[in-house]
Amino acid sequence: MTLPAEFWTYAKVVLLVATVPAIVGFVVVLAERRLMGFMQARLGPNRVGPQGVLQGVADLVKLVTKEDITPAKAERAVYFLSPVLAVIPALTALAVIPFGPPVKIGKAMVPLWVADINVGLLFLLAITSIGVYGIILGGWSSNNKYSLLGGLRSAAQLVSYEVPMGLALVSVLLMTRSLSLPEIVRRQDATHLWFVFPGLVAFFIYFVSGIAETNRNPFDLPEAESELVSGFNTEYSGVKFAFFFLGEYTAMIIISCVAVTVFFGGWLAPFPHVAALRFLSVIPPAVWFLAKVAVFLFCYIWFRSTFPRYRFDQLMALGWKWLIPLSLANILAVAAAILLFPGRTTGLVWLAWIFGGCFAVLFLLSRLRRALARRDRLAATPHAVEG
Amino acid sequence: MADDQVRPPAEKPKEAAKPKVEAVDAAGHAWVRSIAAAVPGSVVSAKEFAKQVTVVVSRESIARVARHLKDAEDFKYCVDVTAVDWKTRAPRFDLVYHFYSFSKNDRIRVKCGAADGEEVPSIAEIFLTANWCERETFDMFGIRFAGHPDLRRILTWDGFNGYPLRKDFPLEGVDTGAAIYPEEWPEGGGPSKNDPNRKVVS
Amino acid sequence: MSEQEHGKPGEPHTLFDVQEMELNFGPQHPSTHGVLRLVLKVDGEKILEAKPDVGYLHRGTEKLFETETYPMGIPHTDRMDYIAAATNNHAFCLTIEKLLGVEVPRRAQLIRVILDELQRISSHLVWLGTSGIDLGAVTPFWYAFREREQILDFFEEYCGARLTLNCMRIGGLPFDLTPGWTERLLEFIDDLPARIDEYEQLLTDNRIWKLRTVGVGVISAEECIEWGLTGPILRASGKEWDLRRAQPYECYDELDFVVPTRQGGDTYDRYIVRVQEMRQSARIVRQCLERLEPGEIRGKVPRVIKPVAEEVYASIESPKGELGFYCVSNGSNRPYRMHVRPPSFINLQALPRLAKGHLVSDLVALIGTIDIVLGEVDR
Repeated sequence: MTLPAEFWTYAKVVLLVATVPAIVGFVVVLAERRLMGFMQARLGPNRVGPQGVLQGVADLVKLVTKEDITPAKAERAVYFLSPVLAVIPALTALAVIPFGPPVKIGKAMVPLWVADINVGLLFLLAITSIGVYGIILGGWSSNNKYSLLGGLRSAAQLVSYEVPMGLALVSVLLMTRSLSLPEIVRRQDATHLWFVFPGLVAFFIYFVSGIAETNRNPFDLPEAESELVSGFNTEYSGVKFAFFFLGEYTAMIIISCVAVTVFFGGWLAPFPHVAALRFLSVIPPAVWFLAKVAVFLFCYIWFRSTFPRYRFDQLMALGWKWLIPLSLANILAVAAAILLFPGRTTGLVWLAWIFGGCFAVLFLLSRLRRALARRDRLAATPHAVEG
Repeated sequence: MADDQVRPPAEKPKEAAKPKVEAVDAAGHAWVRSIAAAVPGSVVSAKEFAKQVTVVVSRESIARVARHLKDAEDFKYCVDVTAVDWKTRAPRFDLVYHFYSFSKNDRIRVKCGAADGEEVPSIAEIFLTANWCERETFDMFGIRFAGHPDLRRILTWDGFNGYPLRKDFPLEGVDTGAAIYPEEWPEGGGPSKNDPNRKVVS
Repeated sequence: MSEQEHGKPGEPHTLFDVQEMELNFGPQHPSTHGVLRLVLKVDGEKILEAKPDVGYLHRGTEKLFETETYPMGIPHTDRMDYIAAATNNHAFCLTIEKLLGVEVPRRAQLIRVILDELQRISSHLVWLGTSGIDLGAVTPFWYAFREREQILDFFEEYCGARLTLNCMRIGGLPFDLTPGWTERLLEFIDDLPARIDEYEQLLTDNRIWKLRTVGVGVISAEECIEWGLTGPILRASGKEWDLRRAQPYECYDELDFVVPTRQGGDTYDRYIVRVQEMRQSARIVRQCLERLEPGEIRGKVPRVIKPVAEEVYASIESPKGELGFYCVSNGSNRPYRMHVRPPSFINLQALPRLAKGHLVSDLVALIGTIDIVLGEVDR
């Protein structure tokens, strides 16, 4: 039996579009709620199914059967379209994510990505930014002042954080010389170096911007329940709200996938060229990939339950005054490291050590400062500690 | 029933029934003399009860007395402004002001009488605290304060008719004005029909 | 948007025009801690003017006092500041006791102080949790409420109620302590400083928390006094004034505690002051537990309370500031006039002053930092 050439492509599209929402609905949301419960000294949902595993189904049923409300003075067409606009680009972006190396199914070598386009990274940046239009337009079309403020915040946030995010990825491009995501992974394999080490700063900038881009804590200003009620989605209910929800979580997954692909060696096992760690390759590459993504998603959840929310102007200041100059300096550093040893990775390794050293020193300094601040505070109010 | 809650020790109930506290005249108190000296003719009477000094002053002089207490006697903190409705007494209301002095660590109570409809000089310009307190007093008793920057109802709504803490206001409430002024107040409350900002939903 | 308030009609907008928008903040807003309504004039997110509109929870408590006998007034006080009912009861009872000239037995005084301080801790815990949520930090809320639940358990064991305690009587207390209560409380108090460390770990040195709170809503001590602000707000501005220390009631004069103050007068300092106050309250509770001895819990109060026709004002340091009651008696068994000096109401008055020029996000922080309870604002 011969399969048509496009069979696997179609199969993968169906698989991605069908499975991703399911994964989002079931695993991530449940994991988020249970983990946050764990971190917040409570249980989290544990009633629907054993240990609450079916909570996603219950939520889905609830959302689908809820009344779908459109405010009387809303811009109906835009109001209807914006949830779609939030979710479709996010799902589309999954097409270029390489979940693993090509696997042999029957006689065919099937790559675990839908499309390997040579401008993959650019495509990702472009298509994920469209998702924000969903939020902006949704906020505007609701004809609600809180939603409008939420939408405006989202627009400003997008403009401020898309730039450092792109610049952070530029420094990686200097190392890979390719925009194709599978090629980036192969390059990390070939240089025996995950790009997170020479690109520590770039990774930091990328991930911070990524969190801001997906409107998650501590950058969840467009939603900001305590300030803007629910921001852009105040007026949305039922399936439309579910779409926004889905869009947000898919965007989270995309950011995590790109971080893994670009900085953490994609489907590669850790240090594949170290003999002592060779046994790690027993685990299939796709599982490595998903495991790394899971770590990032965990970070998202962890941040959410740890940090307070930035204020709007502070968020902008962080983006423009810190992240953009930092990412520009980082590009210079990486370019210099590459140019010093043309054709070799020595410069990048040096850069990795320098960044690592700086990071360790800064970490220790911050610890010290914190301890000193605490000491001063306790000295200022006597008898504060002992009961 | 309510008295069951506080059941005294069974042995000597009669002895406890006689409180020994009584008010004494405080006309010679230093603060009272100071007020009398600074605002001549203002002090009507003064007494001290439970170590609390009460000065009754005339209605017209209340703002000047407050100013004097703040500037000269260091009563910088206006604790509270309220009123008491005496219903049948000659000036119907008592305005009650409490001031606190940080340096003396003590309070003084200043009172002045006001008949129904009489305006009392506002002290909101002297003590910022008094702004809302006077608004509340106006809202609850209908006492108007002359010179108050923003004398509106505060706890009840704009269309409310009547002053709830007056003794003749029934506990169960009254119709919110519609029954008394149907031409002005809509049934069930809401802004007055003369209110230019009023929007009618048809 | 179909809004017409964006500038004046007919005039062209330029980029830097101030375009006012009127924003109704509340009364059904998640961060107004009840039913506070603020009419905001905003330019983008900058607040040009904030006008509080209160009264949505007005129940005429002062009128109700007048219609019922003195002891029947106590449950009404529970419903004012409903997250600190014990201090409300205490202030009410103290006023009537002053009017009667009644002495409260020592054991009752100590237990009252214990209840007060537990209530102060629990009120500050609610404040900590909710103002954390206002600024987007969700986790401290759950930690704070974990401890608050335990405190409410102690209240429940003492008087059967968790929130509206009704736990004091004129001249003393309604009940004696149940066996084992003090031991369990001591265990809890031993544990508390470590728990407070947990909250502090999440917030005190957190960079974002500091960004959001340092320099927000700064007010000087002089201005605090002008506005009549009391409690932690005044102390965070550098004025060491606490009624427990300035005019000690019950047995506070013999207890060893610090009145925490800070100099900055901003939201961060108010946070620090409240956290330190919780630690001090724990110390006070411990000292009271050490001094507790068997004895009477009710003073010599007449069966029917008919004070002399006099007037009296008494106040205590409630978790929010100076909570005072002004009582006018006409010699009957019901107060002729009972007025409350609610700290929340007076403190809320300064909100427009604090909020001016800040952003909408800061407004949320400021409502949190004033620590209002709308039940007390509106009564």
